[in-house]
Amino acid sequence: MKLLLVGTSHRLAPVEVRERVAVDPDGAAALGERLAAGGEAVCLSTCNRTEVYVAADDSSRADEQVTSSLAELAGVEPAKLEPYIYRLEQEDAAVHLFRVAAGLDSLVPGEGEILGQVRTAYERGSTGPLLDRLFSHALHTGKKVRTDTAIAESPGTTSSAAAALAAQVFGDLHGSRIAIVGAGKVGTLAAKRLIKRGADLTFVANRTAERGEQLAAELGGVPLPLERIGETLETADIVVSSTSAPEIVLSAEDVARALPARKGRPLLLIDLAVPRDLDPAINDLPDCYLYDIDDLEAVVEETMQGREAEFAKAEAIAASEGERFRDWLASRHAVPAITSIRERAEAIRRGELAKASSRLAGLSEQEREAVDSLTSRIVNKLLHEPIVRLKEAAADERRGSENRVEG
Amino acid sequence: MAELLVWPALLAYGEAAVAYAGNVRRPGSLGRLAIWGVRLGWLAQTALLVVQAGRADGFPWSTWAGSLNLFVWLIVGAYLIWGCSPSFRLLGLAVMPFAAGLLALSYVAGGTESRTHTAWHDVVLVAHVGFVLIAFAGFTVAAGLAALELWHERLLKRHRAGVLRLRLPAVVRLDRLTVMTIAVSLGALTVGLVPGFARLPEHGLDALMAGTLAAWLLYAAILYLRVRAGRRALAAQLALVGFATVLVLQLGLLVTHVA
Repeated sequence: MKLLLVGTSHRLAPVEVRERVAVDPDGAAALGERLAAGGEAVCLSTCNRTEVYVAADDSSRADEQVTSSLAELAGVEPAKLEPYIYRLEQEDAAVHLFRVAAGLDSLVPGEGEILGQVRTAYERGSTGPLLDRLFSHALHTGKKVRTDTAIAESPGTTSSAAAALAAQVFGDLHGSRIAIVGAGKVGTLAAKRLIKRGADLTFVANRTAERGEQLAAELGGVPLPLERIGETLETADIVVSSTSAPEIVLSAEDVARALPARKGRPLLLIDLAVPRDLDPAINDLPDCYLYDIDDLEAVVEETMQGREAEFAKAEAIAASEGERFRDWLASRHAVPAITSIRERAEAIRRGELAKASSRLAGLSEQEREAVDSLTSRIVNKLLHEPIVRLKEAAADERRGSENRVEG
Repeated sequence: MAELLVWPALLAYGEAAVAYAGNVRRPGSLGRLAIWGVRLGWLAQTALLVVQAGRADGFPWSTWAGSLNLFVWLIVGAYLIWGCSPSFRLLGLAVMPFAAGLLALSYVAGGTESRTHTAWHDVVLVAHVGFVLIAFAGFTVAAGLAALELWHERLLKRHRAGVLRLRLPAVVRLDRLTVMTIAVSLGALTVGLVPGFARLPEHGLDALMAGTLAAWLLYAAILYLRVRAGRRALAAQLALVGFATVLVLQLGLLVTHVA
């Protein structure tokens, strides 16, 4: 049985194509079931990719079937979809999935959502021994990369740095409340990042009522005039400010007045405006963390410097897990030989027991079972070492043939 | 038998401490090694305590060194509740060298011997010591959490750009865990103090009892400051002061108390 991947992603296909082949988890499960047809198939479909992993004896037939199904989803002829399709086989397909699960092939590298999507695809797919092993190995790789490297903590923009800092203060942002001061583009982008991570928008304070109301309606908050910003401080957890005001719009005294009611709950203030909106003295108040645009850029710069090293580490993990999977795949080639040895040994064992049956006639049923189990255990123990060696030899042979090809 | 168990526990705790230190520089497999060290060490120490309990004539940890052995087991047990999470590996760096050091001290002082003789057959007295030790172990872990919280807060306040790469637990999470650990430990200390007070007319108030009472008042004040007055940072700082009190009580005054 061969492993085959047929799919399309943001690397080859524009959104117009991706959206046509995208399916929801139910659709992906149905597609997997249909394509498995007695074998194994899993469909992984996200906004950036639709990939079908198949384990089949006839890989060219499976390829045709998957391509036709994707073309059917897109509502085009298979030939028209061809430029956007990639195909990978065996270990290459496995390493690709490991990179996907690790977030290394994502549009925003290192993002964590993909691991959950891989898990859902696996849980709802039509799996057997090969895809079971492949997907559980991919989930393990994804987790390992996130545990052993900091790729998930490498924001590439100031707005994602603000969201990452909010997570440093509050952890899970679900239930955290955001107040936006000034309905500018930069502030809105940062607020959207926070909302994407689970925070709720509570207030939008803006000088122009109309724009404030518009943004509040769009993101689900309450509009306020800019002068009433102080009122938001007792309940908000994160304040994002980006007005074009030439002077400070929120003083340290305003914030200090709200602190007793906050009962020690931290307050993160993100000042994206130039000139600054928020009084720098706010950072000296207890439980208040104020970051201006320079601070955020420093965070981005620092993480960008470490980013390459973290990505190299993540790639190395994916490659080493790929190597392990390759060994496992190679050891599967030894399966027919192993099965044959086991069958032969079992036949000898049964034959010898049959020959000795007259001498064992006096034994009780329980004693017969004990003899049966004893001989089984002896055979298994004798076979254990040769079988391990066979598997290792298959993996070594694979490595040797790779080296010869490289040489 | 006890010798066979104390060395694996000591080695595993020591390995965990070293691996945690290495994990700060190179996160990854060393962190996993550290967690396995904690788990295996704790299992070995649990077996050691079981052997001691099985062979002792009465309460096996009534000596200062014996109580230290039990104290270490409780600290590592409390740490294990969160210790398996990668974000708490820095807490392990604070807890495990301390635990390894105290277990070594207990071993040197004879607290890990398998056959102990004791005059402690009084269940009330055992409950008193047991609950106080549980509370002290909880306060020790709370101090580790508070130290981590204060350090994280300092990094954020000073806008240290590399803060994201440290992957520390969130400030709010550390705060909640510190308060929760102190609240549970204070409950255990209260339960432990009741039998102690019941024996006051008989034995009088000694320095250890007075110190333990002071610790109770301090931790009650910490809870009040954090929960009612909202003084988060001050409460975390006082949790460190509380730990110093616990050290004095556990390592200092208990010597005279059980002598």
